[in-house]
Amino acid sequence: MEFETVIGLEIHLELQTRSKLFCSCSTAFGREPNTSCCPVCLGLPGSLPVLNRKAVELAIIAALSLQSEIQKESRFDRKNYYYPDLPKAYQISQYDRPLALGGFIEMKNEGVKRKINLERIHIEEDPGKLMHSGESIFDSDYSLVDYNRAGIPLLEIVTKPDLRSGREARLFLEELRCILLYSGSSDCRMEQGSLRCDANISLRPAGSKTLGTRTEVKNMNSFRAVEMALDYEAGRQAAILSAGGSIIQQTCHWDEGDRKAIPLRGKEGSSDYRYFPEPDLLPLILKSDYIETLAASLPELPSQRRIRLMEEYGLDPADAAILTENRSLGDLFEVAAGEYKDYRNLARWVRGDLLYLLKGNDRNPSEVAPSLLIELLTMLDEGEINRPVAKDLLANIVKNGTNPRELVQQKGLGRIADREKLQPVVEKVLAENKDAVDSIKQGRKKAFAFLVGKVMAATAGRADPEKVQKLLRELIN
Amino acid sequence: MELYQKTAAELSRLLQDKEITAVEVFNSFTERIDEVDPHLKVFITCTLDSALETAAAVDRRRMENEELHPLAGVPVAIKDNFCTEGIKTTCASKMLESYIPPYDAAVVEKLKRIGMPILGKTNMDEFAMGSSTENSAFFVTRNPWDLERVPGGSSGGSAAAVAAGMVPLALGSDTGGSIRQPAALCGITGLRPTYGRVSRYGLIAFASSLDQIGPLALNALDCSLLLEVIAGYDQRDSTSLPHEVPQYSAAAGRELEGVRIGLIEENISANFDPEIKFAVLKMAALLEENGARITEVSLPHTDYGLSAYYLIAPSEAASNLGRYDGVRYGYSADGDNIISLFSRTRGQGFGAEVKRRIMIGTYSLSAGYYDAYYLQAMKVRTLIRRDYEKAFQNFDILVGATTPTPAFKLGEKADDPLKMYLSDVCNITDALAGVPSLSIPAGLHSSGLPMGMQLTAAPLNEGLLFQAAAVLEKCSDSPPQQRTALNLTGRGEL
Amino acid sequence: MSDDFIREVEHVARLARLSLSSEEKELMADQLSAILETARKVREIDTVGIEPTAHVFSIPAFLREDVIYPSLPVEKVLQNAPKKMKSYFRVPSITVIEEE
Repeated sequence: MEFETVIGLEIHLELQTRSKLFCSCSTAFGREPNTSCCPVCLGLPGSLPVLNRKAVELAIIAALSLQSEIQKESRFDRKNYYYPDLPKAYQISQYDRPLALGGFIEMKNEGVKRKINLERIHIEEDPGKLMHSGESIFDSDYSLVDYNRAGIPLLEIVTKPDLRSGREARLFLEELRCILLYSGSSDCRMEQGSLRCDANISLRPAGSKTLGTRTEVKNMNSFRAVEMALDYEAGRQAAILSAGGSIIQQTCHWDEGDRKAIPLRGKEGSSDYRYFPEPDLLPLILKSDYIETLAASLPELPSQRRIRLMEEYGLDPADAAILTENRSLGDLFEVAAGEYKDYRNLARWVRGDLLYLLKGNDRNPSEVAPSLLIELLTMLDEGEINRPVAKDLLANIVKNGTNPRELVQQKGLGRIADREKLQPVVEKVLAENKDAVDSIKQGRKKAFAFLVGKVMAATAGRADPEKVQKLLRELIN
Repeated sequence: MELYQKTAAELSRLLQDKEITAVEVFNSFTERIDEVDPHLKVFITCTLDSALETAAAVDRRRMENEELHPLAGVPVAIKDNFCTEGIKTTCASKMLESYIPPYDAAVVEKLKRIGMPILGKTNMDEFAMGSSTENSAFFVTRNPWDLERVPGGSSGGSAAAVAAGMVPLALGSDTGGSIRQPAALCGITGLRPTYGRVSRYGLIAFASSLDQIGPLALNALDCSLLLEVIAGYDQRDSTSLPHEVPQYSAAAGRELEGVRIGLIEENISANFDPEIKFAVLKMAALLEENGARITEVSLPHTDYGLSAYYLIAPSEAASNLGRYDGVRYGYSADGDNIISLFSRTRGQGFGAEVKRRIMIGTYSLSAGYYDAYYLQAMKVRTLIRRDYEKAFQNFDILVGATTPTPAFKLGEKADDPLKMYLSDVCNITDALAGVPSLSIPAGLHSSGLPMGMQLTAAPLNEGLLFQAAAVLEKCSDSPPQQRTALNLTGRGEL
Repeated sequence: MSDDFIREVEHVARLARLSLSSEEKELMADQLSAILETARKVREIDTVGIEPTAHVFSIPAFLREDVIYPSLPVEKVLQNAPKKMKSYFRVPSITVIEEE
C-alpha cells in the first residue's frame, strides 16, 4: 500500500534578548553554571515575574514575518509539571490565548511550490539544563542542574500537519531560519540550543483525509537530524502498517549515534498540565498602532528578496540565493550596486572572493565599507590594476579596511604598461630562457604562456598582460 | 503608663519631640516580649540584635537633627512569610524550617529604609493556610485574652503580638481573612488593603490573585501610618497598582456627614452569635449619630463565596507550592530517584492542611474537573465582584461582623476543616472582589472576649475606612489600650 | 469511602507529587469529599455568558526594559541547596517509569 507521511513541527526558538523573559539576568551563552540566576528565575519563594518588553517585541516581529495574526489580547498561563530543571514546578507559557494565530511559509520542494501553514505562535520561558552523570539520561545515578537557561525567552511555533517528508521538514526549517534571521528575532543556532524542533509524525493511506496514529520525535539536534529521524520514523511506521500492525502513540528519542528513534516509555504518557491563567501576570494587551509600527519596520522577506535580486539586478538564481541567505551580505551587495552598475560582476565578487575572505577572517559583511569595494572594482575595470593585485587589495579591505587606491599609490601596485619599463624586463626574461624561445620558434604555444608568467612574476603581477604579450611577440620575432 | 502600652502614633510623637529614645522604646517592648512570649508563643524568630542596631542608629541620626520618617524607631513585627535577607523565613512550615532568603521582601525594604526596628518574625498557620495559627509546624500561639483560645489566623502571631503589647505595629497577609479575622479575635485593628495596593514582592505566595499585605495595630490611625509606609507601586509586582498613595492618616479627623453606609445582611446573619450581631448594630447606630446614613444591603452571591474561595485559593496554592520539591532549597527527603525525592519531600515536609489544599487545588485544575470546578469558581468570582460594584453605586462603606463568633478554643475546630473554613465566612468575598476591608474592635462579648466589626470600601478607598473607624474610636469611652489585652500585665494573670 | 474515590485521591496525590500513607489517604478521601461537596455549591449558579475573573483589576501590563542587572553570587544561589556538587544542584536519577 502507498502511504502519505504527515508531519507537524513544534519549533522552539530563543528570542534574542539581553536579559531573561521575566527577570534581569543575562541570557549570555556559555556562562559558568548557576551564575546567571536570581530569586525570580530560581523560583525562590516570594519572587514574581515581570515581562521583558523586548521579548514581546521580537516575538511580534517574528510572528509578523511569518504572516501570523497578532492577537490584541493574549494571556500567560501556568503549565504545571514536576521536573528538576523547572524551578517553580510550572512553566509560564501561553495556552488558550496565544500571542498569534495562523501564518504560513511558502517555499519550493523539488521545484514544486508549497505553502506550509502555522497553527499558532506563543511566548514561553525555557527551563534549566540537566547534566547526567552517565553516558545518557538512562544510565545515570544522579544528574546536575544548571538554571542559567531557566527563564530564557522562547518563541514556540506550531505548524499544521502540512509537511509530507523529512526532506520537506528540513527545507521548511531552513526557510524558517532564514526568515527569522532576517527579522532579527532569533539567531537560530541549533548547536547552542537556540532553535529546537520536535515533530509529530503519522502515516495514512495515500488519498485518505483522516490522520493516522502519530508518534512524537524529540532530540533532533540539527536540520539534517530532523530529516533523517523523520525518514527513519516514517519507514518504521510504514513497515508496521504494511505488515498489518498498528502504531502505538508514543514519544521517541532520536539517537544520533545509532541513527534510531528510541521510544521513551512511561514519560508522563497522559500528561495533565493543569493549565490556568498566571495570576502574577496581567493579560498582554497590544495596541493596533504599536503592532502597525512594528509591521512597518519589518524587513523584506527572504523569498521576496530572492526574486527581487533576480528581477532588479538580473542575477542568476544561484547568486540571488547566496546573497539572500546571508542578509548582511545581500545588504552590502545592494548598497554597492547603488553606484557600481556591473551587477553580475559585483555579485560574483561578493559571493565569491569576498565571502571566502569574510569567512576566513571571521568578519561580518557589515564591517566592509561598500565604497572601498566599488573603488576596487572600478580600478580593476579601468585597467589600473591587475586581477591578482585586486585580490590582495580585497584581502586588505576585509582585514584592515584599507583604501585600495591609497595602498596602490603607497606601494606602487599600479599596472605597468609603459614600454620603457616593460622592455628591460622582457629582454631579461628572454635572455634567461633561451630554451623557451626556441620552443616557441618551433611552434609550441605553451612556452609562450610560460614566458608571460615569468614576466608577470618579475613585476609582482603588475604588468599589463596584453602589453607583455605584444612585446614578447615583437622581441622573439 | 509603660511605653509598650502606647500607640505607634504616641510613640512617634514622643520620639520626634526627643522625649524618649528609640532604644528606650526598644527596651520597653523587648522586656514585654520576655515577659509574655513564653506564654503566648508569638515569635518564630526574634531579631533583637539587628533591631537594637536600627534603634540606636535612629537615635544617633535624630541627635544629629537628621530628618527622619515619623515612624523611625517605632518597632514592628512581621509575619514569617515575608522574605528577610539572611534571616530564616519559615512560613511556619517544616518545609522551610531552615530556609534563608537571599533578599528582602519589598515591604521589608521599606521598613528598613525608614528605620523601623523589626523585632521578629511571627507565628502563623503553615503557608498562611488556616484560621487559628494551630497549623504552624512549630507551636501554637495563644490568644492574649484567654490562653485557652486561638488568636485566629493565619496572621495569629502578628495579631497576638500587637494585642499583648509586644509590638505597637505588625504586618500580616490576608488571602481570605488572615489579617481581619485574627485582628477581631484579638481585639485590635487590621486592614486588608485593596489588592495591588501593597507590593507582594517577597511575600511567600499562598494564592497570588488573593494575597495582600496589610497592617495590624491598636487603632485605625496606627494602621493608616503603617499603610502609608508599605503602600505604593512596585515594578517588581506586575499586579501592583500605579495609583498615588494618599496621606491616609489625614483621614482620621474627618466627619462622616452624608457618608452612605450599607449594613450587609449576609454579614449579620441569623446564625451568628447574637451579641456580635448586636455589637455591629450598635456601632452602626453610632455611625448614624455621627451623620452617616445607614441602609441594609444584600450581596446576593455571598453564599457562594466560600465555595468559590475554596476552589480558587487551593488551585493557585497547589501551583505556588509546587516549587517545594527538595532540589533548590528547603526540606529534602531521601529518595533514590527523582519522583521519590519529590513525593517524599512534599509528603513529609508539608502539614495536613497544606496537603489538603494542594489536593483540592490539584483536583479542581485537573483534566475533567477544570470547567466544573476552577473555571466555574472564577465565573462566580465575577458575580461576586459585580455585587460589590453594584453596592458601591449606592454606598460608600459596607459594614458587618468580622467573624461569626469570638475566639474559639484551641483544638475546637482543628479536626474539622470545614468548620474551620467557616470562621472566615465574612472575610472571603471582600478578598475575592479585591476591595479594601478593615476590622475594628466592636466591644467585649459577655465571655470577656473581643468582637470585631468589618468595614469595606470600594477599591483604593482605604482612607474612608480609617475615617469611619476613627469616628467610632472617638465615640467609645475607653482608650484603645483598655480595649485590648494590654491590661493583662502580671504573669499571674497570664 | 468508595474505592473509586480512594483511587481518585491516589491519582491526584501522584499529580501533586505527594506521598501519602494509607491512613492519610483514607482521611484525605473523607475530608476531600466533604470539602468538594461544599465547593460544588458553585455549580448551582447559572454562569452562562459570565467571563471568569483571573485578575480583579485590569490595568495595563507593565513591561520592563531589556536591561541586565547583576545576578545573585553563585554562593547565594546554592546556599540553601540540600544537595550540591561543584556549582550545580544535585538530584537523584531522573529515569523513572511512573506507573499509572
